[in-house]
Amino acid sequence: MTEAAPTKKKHHCTCHSGDASPMHPRPFKVVKIWKELSDTFSMSLVPEDGQPIVFAPGQFNMLYVFGVGEVPISVSGDPTDLSTLVHTTRAVGNVSRALDALKEGMSVGVRGPFGTVWPLDIAEGKDLVFVAGGIGLAPLRPVIYQAMAYRHKYRNLAILYGARTPEDILFDKELLRWKARFDIDVQVTVDRSTGDWAGRVGLVTKLVECGGFDPANTVAYTCGPEVMMLHVVDSLHKRGVPHDRIYLSMERNMKCGVGFCGHCQWGTSFVCRDGPVFRFDTIADDLKVREL
Amino acid sequence: MTHAHGSTGSSHAKAPAGAKGSPIAIGTKVVMDEAGLASLITLLTKVGYQPIGPKARDGAIVYEEIESLSDLPVGFADEQEGGKYRLVAGTKGSFFEYLVGPTSWKRYLFPPTHKLWGAEQKGNGFEIDKAKADVPAYAFIGVRSCELNAMKIQDKVFGFGREDNNGAGIFSDPNYVARRSKALIIAVNCSRAGKTCFCTSMGGDPHVKEDQGFDLALTEFAPQQTHEFMVEVGSERGRLILELLPYRAVTSHDTDRAASQARKARSEMGRKMPPDIKDVLKRNLDHKRWDDVASRCLSCANCTMVCPTCFCSTVQDSTNLTGEKTERTRSWDSCFSVDFSYIHGGAIRPETKSRYRQWMTHKLSNWHEQYGSSGCVGCGRCITWCPVGIDITEEARVIKTTGK
Ligand SMILES: Cc1cc2nc3c(=O)[nH]c(=O)nc-3n(C[C@H](O)[C@H](O)[C@H](O)COP(=O)(O)OP(=O)(O)OC[C@H]3O[C@@H](n4cnc5c(N)ncnc54)[C@H](O)[C@@H]3O)c2cc1C
Ligand code: SF4
Ligand code: SF4
Ligand code: FES
Repeated sequence: MTEAAPTKKKHHCTCHSGDASPMHPRPFKVVKIWKELSDTFSMSLVPEDGQPIVFAPGQFNMLYVFGVGEVPISVSGDPTDLSTLVHTTRAVGNVSRALDALKEGMSVGVRGPFGTVWPLDIAEGKDLVFVAGGIGLAPLRPVIYQAMAYRHKYRNLAILYGARTPEDILFDKELLRWKARFDIDVQVTVDRSTGDWAGRVGLVTKLVECGGFDPANTVAYTCGPEVMMLHVVDSLHKRGVPHDRIYLSMERNMKCGVGFCGHCQWGTSFVCRDGPVFRFDTIADDLKVREL
Repeated sequence: MTHAHGSTGSSHAKAPAGAKGSPIAIGTKVVMDEAGLASLITLLTKVGYQPIGPKARDGAIVYEEIESLSDLPVGFADEQEGGKYRLVAGTKGSFFEYLVGPTSWKRYLFPPTHKLWGAEQKGNGFEIDKAKADVPAYAFIGVRSCELNAMKIQDKVFGFGREDNNGAGIFSDPNYVARRSKALIIAVNCSRAGKTCFCTSMGGDPHVKEDQGFDLALTEFAPQQTHEFMVEVGSERGRLILELLPYRAVTSHDTDRAASQARKARSEMGRKMPPDIKDVLKRNLDHKRWDDVASRCLSCANCTMVCPTCFCSTVQDSTNLTGEKTERTRSWDSCFSVDFSYIHGGAIRPETKSRYRQWMTHKLSNWHEQYGSSGCVGCGRCITWCPVGIDITEEARVIKTTGK
C-alpha cells in the first residue's frame, strides 16, 4: 500500500547525530566521579559512541540512570573541552542520589544539549557580573570559563557567590585560583559562618550592592534559588542595571526536555525550550504571579 | 494498494468503477449508498489499514477497531449537558447522528501509554534498544470537523509537518509523526450540534472545509427511502480509494441538502466562547472566580483526558525482577495532578485554583503564543465529562463580565 499511505520522510532532529528520536538517551561512560561537597558531586563523561556533545554555556542535558530515571542537569564543564562532558549535581532525591551512587566505568544515559544559552556576545565591551547562589554556580561555570578565555572582550568581570555555610562553597579551590588572577573580582559570602571562616557573612545581594561594576554598562547573569534570583535582580536594578541586561536560569519540573511533555510550562513558556536562560524583562510579569 | 497507476497522471485516469461522467479529482463530490460505505470499510482492511470507527459501548459512542459496516452504531443520537451524557434513539438507520463522545482520535496518534524504548544491562553499562516498533496504519472513520482541527493542533505540538519552520531546539516526536502520516482520515460532517458544542466560536464549523486535512469526507443523508452519503475527495490518497468504489454523480439536490444540514447544525450550537478570551484571561490571573471554580473542581483530570488537544505526558521506568532489563513508557499526564509541577522542595501549583487556572489559561490564552492558535476547538467534551459539570464557556463568560 505504498501509494495509498505515503509517509513524509523528511524529519529533522537537531539533538543527536544519526539518532532519529530525541527521546533516546545515548550511553556515556563515567570516567571520573568526585565529591565536591557533602551532598554535591561532579562527574566527567565520555560518549560510548565517540560523538561528543557540543553545548553552549547555559544548556542542560537529561541524565539517565539505568532503571531509575532521568533528570535535567546543566553542563558545568568547559564548553571548549570536547573530550569530556562535566556535570555537577546535588543529590536531593531519587535520581540524583542514584547518579551519586554511580562508579567510574559505569554508564549514564545522556540526552541533549537542550535549552537556551547565556548570550555572551551582548556583553562585549561591558562589565560582566555573575551572581550565583549554592549549586547555582555550576550552571554558570561554563560561561565563566568562556568569558575568561576571551578576557579581553570584557571590561570588569565579577563573580559574586553566596553559599549557606563555608562548608557549602562549591568549587572553592577554583574560586581561589580565579581570585588569584587579579583580572577578575571574586567575592564570596556565607549565610552562616562556621569554624574559622574569616570571610563575609550575609546575603549575596550585599555583594551586588557594593560590587565594583559600572551599572549602566553591565550585563548580569544569575542562577540560584528563585527567591534569591528575585532579590538579586532587585539589587542589580536598584544599582541601575537595566532589566533587559539581566539574565537568569529558571527551574521547572522536566520530563522530556524537548517541548512534548508539558511539565515545564510556565505562562507562555516551555522552560526546557524557551529557557532555562531568560532575559529578565521578558518574564518579569510571569515572575510576579504566584503558582503560575 | 496494488493498482498500478501513479498518483499524478490525470490524463490516463481510468474510468472509475461506478463512474458516470467525468473522472474524480480532489474536491469532487459524489454520492454513495450503504453498500458503497460497506465496500469502503472492506477495501480499507484489504489494502492494509486498521479501520477505527464509532461503536456503541457501555452507554456511549467510542472509537474502536471495526471490521465492517455492521460494527457501526445504528440509530443513535446523544444528549449532552454539563456533567451529563446519554445515548438516545436517533433517526432510524442512521450511522453518524451521534456527536463526539468520551474518546478522541488522539488515543491512536498519541496513545495513553506507549513504550519509548527498552534497555538492557551489558557489563558495566547498558544498551538502548532503538528498534522502532511497527506503527499501525489506521483508517479513522467518522472524524468530525472539530476533531480535524484538534489534530492540526497536536501536529504542531509534536512537530508533524514542521519542515517549514524547523529551527534549533524544535523537535519532532517520531512516534506521533509516523502514526499521523500513515493515518487515513474519513471525516463526517455533523448533521446537528449538541448543547455543549461551540466549535463555531473557536473558528470551526460543523461541516469540514477542503483545507482541513481529510482524505474523504462524508455527509450522511439519513434514511428516508434511501440511505446515502455524499463523499468529498480531500486528498490524492482519498481519490485513489474512491476510484475503486461504486458511486453516483452528485446532484444539486444533494448539495442543497448538505448545505441545509450545515446551517441547521450551526444554528444549534449550545454554547459559545467570548472571542477576546485570550486577552481577558491574561488580565485576570488574580480574579476571584478562580477560587470559586476551585471550590467545585475535584481535580480529577477528566477534562484533560477527554480533551482532544491536551498533550501532557509523563514517563515511567520499570525494571524486570533481575534488574537487567528496563523499559521506559510514556503515558498521558495532566496539569491537574499535584505532582505534575513538583520540583525539589514542593509543587509549583499545590492549589486546585492554580491548576485549574493553568488548564484554562493554557487552552485559551497561552496556546496562542506557543502554537499560533487557541488550544480549544469547542468540542465540548470537557463540559460533558466533568463530573460536577464545570463549564469552560461559563467560567470564561463570568471572568469576562466581572473582570478587568
Ligand atoms: C534546566 C535545569 C537545570 C538543572 N541543573 C542542575 C544542576 O546543574 N545541578 C543540580 O544539582 N541540579 C540541577 N537541576 C535540578 C535537578 O534537575 C533536580 O534536583 C532533580 O531533578 C531532582 O531529581 P531527583 O529524582 O533526584 O529528586 P526527586 O525529589 O526524587 O524528584 C522526582 C522528580 O521530580 C522532578 N524534580 C524534582 N526536583 C526538581 C528540580 N529541582 N528541577 C526540576 N525537576 C525536579 C523530576 O522530574 C524528578 O524526576 C536542574 C534543573 C533544571 C530544570
Ligand atoms: S478544552 Fe474542552 S471544548 Fe476545548 S477542545 Fe478541549 S475538551 Fe474540547
Ligand atoms: S491544559 Fe494542562 S494537561 Fe492540557 S496541555 Fe495544557 S498543561 Fe497539559
Ligand atoms: S520538559 Fe517536557 S515540555 Fe519541557
